Formats: sequence, C-alpha cells, structure tokens
Amino acid sequence: MKARNIEGVTSPISAEDVAKVARLARLDIADSDITHFTEQLAKVMDHFRDVDALDLSAVQPMTQPYPLVNVLRADEEQPCLDRDEVLAAAPAAEDGRFRVPPIIGLVE
Amino acid sequence: MSTLLPEGWELICGLEVHVELATKTKLFSGSPNRFGDEPNTNIDPVTLGLPGALPVLNEQAVELAMRIGLALNCTIQPCTFHRKNYFYPDMPKAYQISQYDQPLNIDGFLDLPSGVRIGVERAHLEEDTGKSTHIGGATGRIHGSEYSLIDFNRAGVPLVEIVSRPDIRSAEDARQYVAELRAILLAIGASDAKMEEGSMRCDANVSVHRVGTPFGTRCEIKNVNSIRALGRAIEYEARRQYDVIDSGGTIRQETRHWDDAEGRTHTLRTKEDADDYRYFLEPDLVPLVPSAEWISRVRANVPMLPAARRTRLADATGADVQGEAVSVIVERGQDDYVLSVGEVGGDVARALVYVQQAFSEEPSTPRIPAKDIAALTVMERDSKVTSTQAKTVLADIVANGGGDPAAIAAAKGFEAIDTSEVEGFVDQAIAADPDAWAKFCNGEQKAMGALVGLVMKASKGKADGKVVTAILNSRRG
Amino acid sequence: MANIPTTAAGIADAVQSREVSATEVVEHHLNVIAQRDGDINAFNLVTSEHARAAALRIDNAIASGAAVGPLAGVPIAIKDNMCTRGIPTTCSSHILEGWKPPYDATVITTLGAAGAVMVGKTNLDEFAMGSSTENSAFGPTRNPLDTSRVPGGSSGGSAAAVAAGLAPVSLGSDTGGSIRQPAALCGVVGVKPTYGRVSRYGLVAFASSLDQIGPFATTVDDAALITEVIAGHDPKDSTSIPQPVPSLRAAAREGVQGMRIGRVTDLPEGAEPEVAARLNEAFAALESAGARIVDVTLPSLSYALTAYYLIAPAEASSNLARYDGVRYGMRTSAADTNAMYGATRAAGFGDEVKRRIMLGTYALSAGYYDAYYGKALKVRRLISDDFDRAYAQADVVLMPTSPMVAFPFGDKVDDPMSMYLCDIYTIPTNLAGHPAMSVPFGTGAHGLPVGVQVLAPALGEVAMFRVGGALEAAGGAR
Repeated sequence: MKARNIEGVTSPISAEDVAKVARLARLDIADSDITHFTEQLAKVMDHFRDVDALDLSAVQPMTQPYPLVNVLRADEEQPCLDRDEVLAAAPAAEDGRFRVPPIIGLVE
Repeated sequence: MSTLLPEGWELICGLEVHVELATKTKLFSGSPNRFGDEPNTNIDPVTLGLPGALPVLNEQAVELAMRIGLALNCTIQPCTFHRKNYFYPDMPKAYQISQYDQPLNIDGFLDLPSGVRIGVERAHLEEDTGKSTHIGGATGRIHGSEYSLIDFNRAGVPLVEIVSRPDIRSAEDARQYVAELRAILLAIGASDAKMEEGSMRCDANVSVHRVGTPFGTRCEIKNVNSIRALGRAIEYEARRQYDVIDSGGTIRQETRHWDDAEGRTHTLRTKEDADDYRYFLEPDLVPLVPSAEWISRVRANVPMLPAARRTRLADATGADVQGEAVSVIVERGQDDYVLSVGEVGGDVARALVYVQQAFSEEPSTPRIPAKDIAALTVMERDSKVTSTQAKTVLADIVANGGGDPAAIAAAKGFEAIDTSEVEGFVDQAIAADPDAWAKFCNGEQKAMGALVGLVMKASKGKADGKVVTAILNSRRG
Repeated sequence: MANIPTTAAGIADAVQSREVSATEVVEHHLNVIAQRDGDINAFNLVTSEHARAAALRIDNAIASGAAVGPLAGVPIAIKDNMCTRGIPTTCSSHILEGWKPPYDATVITTLGAAGAVMVGKTNLDEFAMGSSTENSAFGPTRNPLDTSRVPGGSSGGSAAAVAAGLAPVSLGSDTGGSIRQPAALCGVVGVKPTYGRVSRYGLVAFASSLDQIGPFATTVDDAALITEVIAGHDPKDSTSIPQPVPSLRAAAREGVQGMRIGRVTDLPEGAEPEVAARLNEAFAALESAGARIVDVTLPSLSYALTAYYLIAPAEASSNLARYDGVRYGMRTSAADTNAMYGATRAAGFGDEVKRRIMLGTYALSAGYYDAYYGKALKVRRLISDDFDRAYAQADVVLMPTSPMVAFPFGDKVDDPMSMYLCDIYTIPTNLAGHPAMSVPFGTGAHGLPVGVQVLAPALGEVAMFRVGGALEAAGGAR
C-alpha cells in the first residue's frame, strides 16, 4: 500500500488525495472539513495495513458470492412507468423531459 | 491519396463504431427499444436508474452481438460486465454497464472490397445513454445554452462497440470499412445502422508518422455523422497533425470535435480532463458463458455475407468482383434474383446488366418473374432482338411487373434481321453516301455515324448497331 | 377487543380462523405505536391509512370466503430502504426526503400477496451505513430496553419496532451485520439469508455483492415463517438463486441431535466477558441437546474488516453516484450541472456516507485499485475458503453476534474505526455470501441482551434454523 508523507508522518491518505476523490465523487467539501475527513480516513486506512502481511500472489479474487452464470431475459416488452408519476418526482421538468442547468465542465 | 501527406509519411487510423442493436427491448430491462417516441415514455426503474433497480441481460441482444462477432470473424469467449463510472446528466446511474477486460468478441477482421484486411480488436456489449437537448444557445450546443432537457428513451438501448485495429491507411479505406460494416450489419439483421439517425456512430482515431518509425500520438475525432464526413475528417486531421509536426510542434493526445460545416476539427477535451472511470466488475450481473451449442445456433443464423455474395455473383456472371454492377446488385440484395434467372435457363451475365440498369426501384425480392427476364436474355443472346430493342422490352416488363418478352417485341414490331440483310443495308448506305465512306476509310471515325444512321433508317431501326459497326469496320479492313 | 397474539404465526392463525379481525390487529398495533414510538423513534413514517385499507381488504376477503395468504392480517414494519410505491422511501437521508418510488420492491409485492399489512417504514443509519442508527438524518432510534442506548444498526428502527411490540415482525437489510447486530442489541431474532435467497429488486443498494434482506422477529418460528415467504427466485434480480426454499419452520423444531457445532478457536478478540460467557453457555446448551462441538479455525477472519471496508464502500461509491439531483430526490440549485452535483450531494449526504463514498472512490481509483479493492477481493477469497474448510467438519459455526451489548449514544460516533469494530463477527458472513442468524441468549453487562450468532454454509438455512430453534428453546429458560 502506498504511504504518503504529511509533515514527516507517514499517512496512507493525504489531504490532496481526499480533495481529489471528493471532486471525483462530486462532493463539495470545504477545505476546513477536508482536514477532519483526512484524519478519520487515515485512521481507517491505517487499519488496512494488516493485509500487507498476507501473500496474495496465488489467490484468485472473489467477485461473486454465489456461482451463477448466463442469467438472461427474453426480449419481450414489459409495462413502462407512468411518465407523469415519474416527472412529478423530478426536481425540475419541462416538455416531458428532465430539466438541468447548463451542462458545463462535464465530459461525455 | 498520395497528395495528402508528403512522400514517406502515412496516416494511421482505427475506428470505433457503436451500433444500436435491433432488439425489441433494452439491454437490461423490458422497456421498448424504439426511435422517435414521445420523450420519457419508454422508461422503467432500471432505465431511469431509480434506487433499488437491477439489470437483467437481454438474450436477443447477446444473440445479435454474437452474430456480429461471427460475421467479423471474431472468437466468442466467456465474458463479464464492468461498471464505467462517470457523471453526466444523460447517464441515469452515473455509471455505464459495459465490458472491459473480458469482452464477448475478440480478434476478428473485416476484409474490404479492395482486398485490404482490417483487424477487429473487439466487439462488446454496452448500454446507451439518454439524450440531451440544449436550450437557449445560438447553435443548439452546450456552449451558451441556458439549460438542457434530458430524454431517457434511449437510455439502456443495447449497443455493440466494434473497435478496429489501427490498420486503416487512407480515408478511402475508412469509408469502405464503414460501408462494408454497415452492409454486414444489415445482412445479419443486427441493426439498421443509420448514421443519420444515430443507430451507427463512428469515432476515428488518427495519427501520422514517417513510415518505418513508431506510430505517432493519436487524436480521437467525434461528431462524424456520415461516411462522407468520415473521409473528410480523417484527411483534415492527418494534414493538421502533419502540419503541426512539420512546424516543430508535438501532437497532444486529445479528443477533437469534427465541425462538418467548417470542415475542421477542434479540441473537445484533453486526456487530463477525462475522469478516472474506476472500472470494476458489475456485481449485479453474472458472467456470460456462451455454450458451443448456442454459438453453433448463432452461426446458423448468420446468412451469406456481402463479400461472399459478391464473389458468388462475380464467379457466376464473369463480372468484376470489385465492379459497380456486382457491388450495386449485392447492396440491393438482388443477387439471389440474378442467379435465379440462370436457374431457369437465362443468361446470368446479361441478367446482371438488366437488373443493374432497370431494377433500382425494385425490392430485394423483385416482383418480375425470373422466367420473363430469362427469356429476354436468351432473345438478346440469340440476336432475336438488338440490345437497344432489349432495353425497350425490359423497360416495358419492369413497368408492368412482368410480361412475355417475345410478345412484347412482336407487338412493338421488333424483329430480328439476320446479318446478311444487314450487309445489304450497309452496301446501300455506302452507295448512298460515298463521301462519308471515303472519310471513314481515311480514318475519320466520326463519318461512321452518318453511315450507321442510313442503315438504321433503311432497316427501320431493326439493325443491331453493334453488328453494323462490326461490318463497317471489317469492310474497311 | 379480543386478545391479540404477539407472534406473526399466532396472528395469522387467529385471523384465518376469524378469532380476531385484521382490522382489530392493525388498530391494536397502531395504538401501541402511537403510545410508544415517541420515545423510541423506530418509524420514519407510520402508514396508518394504508394499513387500515389493507386490513379491511383482508377482512372482506375472508368474509367472502376468498383465499388469503399465509400472513393475512400480520402487521409488518419495513426498513425505509425498500421501495414502496407511492409511499416515501427515504433511506433516512435528506437526499431522498419525501421521494415516493413509482414501483414496489419485490419483497413488498410478495408480502402484499401473502396478506401482510405494512404499518410503517422504519428508521436506519443513512443508506444503511452504520451500526447504531445514529447516522440517520431524521434523528436516532432508541433501544426500547434502555432508551439512553443505541438499538444497533443499520436496521435499528426495524429491530426496535419488534423489541417494543410495535409490530410482531419487521424487515431489515444486512450488508455487514445490519440485521444481526441490532437484533442482538435489542434482544430479538434477526436473520440474514444466503446471498441470493431474497430478491434485492427494490432494495436501495448499498453494497451490491453483500446486501441481503431478512426478518426480525420475537421467535425463531416467526423468523422462519417470514424467511419462507420472502425467499425465492426473482427473475428481476440477476443474482437471485434459482433454488427452492426448504421448510424452515419445520427445521426450527427439528432439534440438533447429531449435529456438529463449530467453535472457532482463533476467533478475533474483542468480545465483552459477559458476551463470551453467554456463548460458552450456548455451546453447552447445544451439547446437552445432543449436538457435538467441533473445533475449527478461521485464520483469515481478522482481515475481514479490512476487506469489507474496502469492498462495501467501493460498491457504495458507485451505487450512490445516481443521487445527483437530476431525476429524483433533493436538488441544490447551481449555475451549471457539475456545480449542482457537488452542492446537492454535499448538502444531501451525511458525514458517514461521505466518508464511505470517498474511501470507496479512493479504493477504486487509478493507481490504487490493485493495492486496495483488488487486494480486498483476494482477502474475500481467503475468508470464503476458510469457511469452506470449516464446513467440511462442522454443520454450523457459532460465535457472538456483537462484541458488546448496546452502548450509549455518542460513544462511538466520533471515532468511525471504533464503530466499524462492532461488526467484526458479522462481516465475514456477508463476504462469504453465507446465511447467519442472531438468537437472543441471556443478558450481559447492565442486564442488556446478548445475541449468539449461528453461521451456516451457503443454502444452509435448514441447519441454521435447527440450531437457532434449539438455542431459543434452551435460552428461553433463562
């Protein structure tokens, strides 16, 4: 696991890392809160060092709890949702569609 | 096109083509896969990314995806689905379910009509996004818009993304690749592949380099909406990159937007702007392991592909396999018909010409009985009608959806006249216009026209122009 | 009013035999809720009109001689992270405050068809992330046995509702112990079925490869009854197991003669002394009942916490990305969509949710995947393999459910790691995808309830309920 240095103390996660993932996850976090979160997350991630002791080179990742394969569905139409009911729950709608502010700064 | 780049330089291109599959319902849920319906009427909890919704894979989408793989000579393998995480308002879950390191189809190829083989790296399944409309800006684009409206009808529609290897070396190659791919998709019933409607979308990766050196940095070009635009965009971009390098600059790896009106590309985003997609295995789905038996059944559902059809038709008719007649007939799907004319005793080479010329409005299964066309080809072959007369009779047959060519010819007064009669008319013409004959003998080809005209008049149009010409040429010596 | 039975099974029988009407049953429970829930805050929403209408329909059906389902007239409380059409489903988060789903979760449809009557949506830790229900945006739920203490979490509301008699049974969800731990802290039975036994369609996802829905009840028989009703294949959930559900009520009565009960000799330390003592007594009781104790080891168990707190937040960071203010839920206005995302999610999510989203995002991010998420998936394999080896020698494994009895409010909220340690004994089951249940077995410090946990292999609910039933029979004498 990577260790990052903050003021001479080795920490598994830095304030920069936290700010970066907050941006990736679209969470506006004030700078003052970044420090607090960093401390808490660093403490949690310190605990994670316990697995550094394990030799996992020959271990296959486990991605499924129960071994199912080929779960498929027939290509048949099912009833749709009522558009009015759905749009009534929307924060903003116009012309049968969901309305959002200008889509600037996002990548398709 | 050797004038695009200087000697020793070449362009390298790979294409990523997204194809909407012709299923009834979406990839992971049962709402309809239909173009043009009222916004947000083909939606369900899965399509909208509602809390608690779960995806279930559409069997027919897998069938069609496998057909595409087999048609592109791919290996079909056990595969998994991954989440590609990023935020965009037309992405209802803020992740797209796609395939990452274990896609369904790998290691295929597509042979262009020119004979060049383009490698196909992979063809995988993924879901489509919704559609945004931008309101308030001058151009209808995001820039300058006041707000946007999102329609999720298209969200969840099954896509196959076909990624070629960077084997394309010219705009013409690229155009042929897309055209042939489209023909294949139509032939196997996987998609209607209409670029104008968005059911087939092309992105091009373009770079340039000096031959014999490593490939250069590539740029991705988006917003190419027709095969013609694809060619123009590739050529523009190759030239742009060469010019940058030639003036001492370096190419920045980026995504560029093709502006067809202006005929240029410009930066959409750089590599640094792109989000980290944080791919991980989709926990709500299980692996897809197509059995050998299923793959066989899919293979049986793949009909003869355009390339094989062209070869078959060319072999049967003696026509050029890369020629326009073969290409057009196969594109129309009328090649089976042409061959069937041969099966009822007709001359297939002539049938090819007739069908090319006169059947452009006919469906792939033409209305006209093959035996009628067969009979006409035989009449022309046996010189019972001239080729000009045959054209007229053909037009009549097509207009009426059929007809007995012998009866039509007779009704029009077309009779065959044999060669000795034509010789007689030629003698008369030479005698009537010795001047023209002298000029013709002197090498003036144009003088032949007057002589032929006299023969036609004297024979009341029944002489075959080709025969007249042949006689005149042989008399001249 | 006639005597209302206290169990679901009892109510179902009484309603079926017309000793009591569904309406009487519902009114009784609505009264209890009105009297007691003010102190407990188990419910985010009491659905009185919905419940009365449902009860009336059942009474009319019975009166007309029509067939009714096996749970006809039984009141049930539903954790507020399961979609109920037209009824607010908030996940105890501001970001979904007031949101009414346009569809029902499969379990809701199933319970409805069985005749159960939903009396309300219960409180939880926001988006099921927590072990105390202190992370709810709408205030915590209090432990009915001592209202200065937590009921556990994340399904604290559902556990408390049953413990306080507000409903005979309830549904919760369990990702790392969120049914079993609150069951232990509130002194009720809590079951997490095998992953894939119960449909997740309509369960608001926290961690997709770990979440399962299960019941709370005051008796093992009731827990078996509800599990039998809600389990079964659902074509709308690709991870749903296409296997039939065995008879679990019969299993609960079968006894443990000849069964092998695994005792984990290398269990991670941390259990309070009284909790450890109750566990030993549980082993003794099962031995008296005819079972044999077998020593097993689960050497990778101590790494389960690390694996879980990488896998669950990673999946959650992706599952919760859809809360973006575009299609439903809360939206904070902003000049552009990207700003709207950041502002909405910052205002809508609580701190624990934000922490886990960030942790999960980090674990999946470029350059860190192999070191964190990738590694955690391998540790998951080790734990699963450990269990497989153990189940070659034992039919079930017993361990504590919670290391401690119910703790006071505020004890752990400021120290996430200490809160996470509440789940050391429950998390391994979720990672392996196995079933487990908590059965009350005596008391511990301050006279507060202790739960003993029965773990079984995948699809091993019969063995699990056999032991659960036996423990209840033995523990009931205390």
